[in-house]
Amino acid sequence: MPKAGSGLSLDGLGMTLWLVIELTYKCPLKCPWCSNPVDFDRYRNELTTKEWKAVLREGRRLGSLQLGFTGGEPMLRRDLEELVEEADRLGYYTNLITSGVGLNEKRLRALKKAGLKQIQLSIQACDQELNEKLVGLDVFAHKIAIARSIKAEGFPMVLNVPVSRYNIDQTAAFIELAADLGVEYVEFANLQYYNWALLNRSELLPTREQLARSEAEVKAARERLGKRLTIYYVVPDYHDSRPKACMNGWGSIHLTIAPDGTALPCQEARLIEGLEFPNVREHGLDWIWTQSPAFSKFRGDSWMKEPCRSCSEKEKDFGGCRCQAYLMTGDAANTDPVCAKSPHRPLIDALISGAETHRDQMPLIMREGGYPRRMGTR
Amino acid sequence: MEVERRLRPEDVVELNPNYHFRWEEPQQAHVLLYPEGIVKLNHTAAAILEACTGAASIADGTAELARRYDKRNLGAEVLTFLEVAHAKGWIRIKS
Ligand SMILES: C[S@@+](CC[C@H](N)C(=O)[O-])C[C@H]1O[C@@H](n2cnc3c(N)ncnc32)[C@H](O)[C@@H]1O
Ligand code: SF4
Ligand code: SF4
Repeated sequence: MPKAGSGLSLDGLGMTLWLVIELTYKCPLKCPWCSNPVDFDRYRNELTTKEWKAVLREGRRLGSLQLGFTGGEPMLRRDLEELVEEADRLGYYTNLITSGVGLNEKRLRALKKAGLKQIQLSIQACDQELNEKLVGLDVFAHKIAIARSIKAEGFPMVLNVPVSRYNIDQTAAFIELAADLGVEYVEFANLQYYNWALLNRSELLPTREQLARSEAEVKAARERLGKRLTIYYVVPDYHDSRPKACMNGWGSIHLTIAPDGTALPCQEARLIEGLEFPNVREHGLDWIWTQSPAFSKFRGDSWMKEPCRSCSEKEKDFGGCRCQAYLMTGDAANTDPVCAKSPHRPLIDALISGAETHRDQMPLIMREGGYPRRMGTR
Repeated sequence: MEVERRLRPEDVVELNPNYHFRWEEPQQAHVLLYPEGIVKLNHTAAAILEACTGAASIADGTAELARRYDKRNLGAEVLTFLEVAHAKGWIRIKS
């Protein structure tokens, strides 16, 4: 995911600067906030090596520069090294986004040789017990060992922490861990509530007090560590009065290809019902980006309704996130309900207060196949 | 930890090895690529980075720019830009 402060307000001259390829939705872990679709196991028809290579070539022709290999767990694809090599040859800056499961020293060396530039490793807790509770498997020791190997191979590295009320009190410990591992960047990504995270939202939302404490710890660490460690802090958008400038605007610089070849303006967009997203098996990327109805739908600002339409901020935040507008107001063309000017803002305020006063005390719904058949609807 | 200090003309600076600096044909611009980030550089910024990183001292790079663009008194402008680049972590002082 693009980081705040990393040259985000970028005029891509209409090009797909940021290409994200989700090689598979498969993953051995079960994070109950996973941003993959809740019916992820329905999409089994993964693109072949040859098809992915065609995507990479066409993406470069459309001007893509940054490339993220993600999933699911991208290490599950045995052709990852081959795809990285092709991407490097084509001139991409290649990023691997992984939980570390399936990564070992041999594959690290092969990835280095293939030209991989950067690795983002996710870590969910600073101790084995909580980590296992959150991801459903005992992988903590492996994550720490692989983090050291990544640094030993000389990769720049982002340690990614998906932040919820369960791990937010470990903020200082995460920073200490990151400094000890010698990583360049640590990213605290307060969860975005779509898909699995939305199912578990009332359990995962941190309290205001927890947030304030964690932000103070980050501030103190920034002063102490200076340039040694760059700390990105993705603020939880619910707690802001303005929405995030989601994806730098719909169809502006960002293109995601899902495992089955579906092309999306962001990784979550397929949750918007009624929009038909084009597939690279049927259309060229050029047509998808410049001509397809789905990518044109919310491009620019002519689709906006009030209060965005007449708002002076619309070029800064593009009216926020279409997925969030859809999920919480039922209409993807509405103002993101996070915005204080949205008539739906009370929905968000109720959620924030809810996190203070009551909890559903439901067990976390872990990410597993078979949902929602397994669970019934909720 | 690197001591934070202002750059001096006699310093030799180099690109942070995690940053890739190159010409990008579709953008018709130089770009800096780094972990999950892109910076598109304007012509002046790219020329300064090209002349003043790697081997030559900042002063020598500045002199080279002055010759190439037939301009005088570039010193302050170049240092100001390099200070910004240094603060952002794009470049570092070569030891
Ligand atoms: C979907 S994962 C795929 C890669 C790999 N399986 C992993 O978890 O690192 C991509 C990134 O999104 C993060 N992530 C997952 N769900 C999220 C959510 N609801 N909000 C914010 N970040 C999330 C993960 O921590 C990871 O860094
Ligand atoms: S967020 Fe967790 S469950 Fe989802 S793909 Fe990554 S590691 Fe797997
Ligand atoms: S009204 Fe719309 S454009 Fe204005 S600040 Fe809110 S979301 Fe942004």
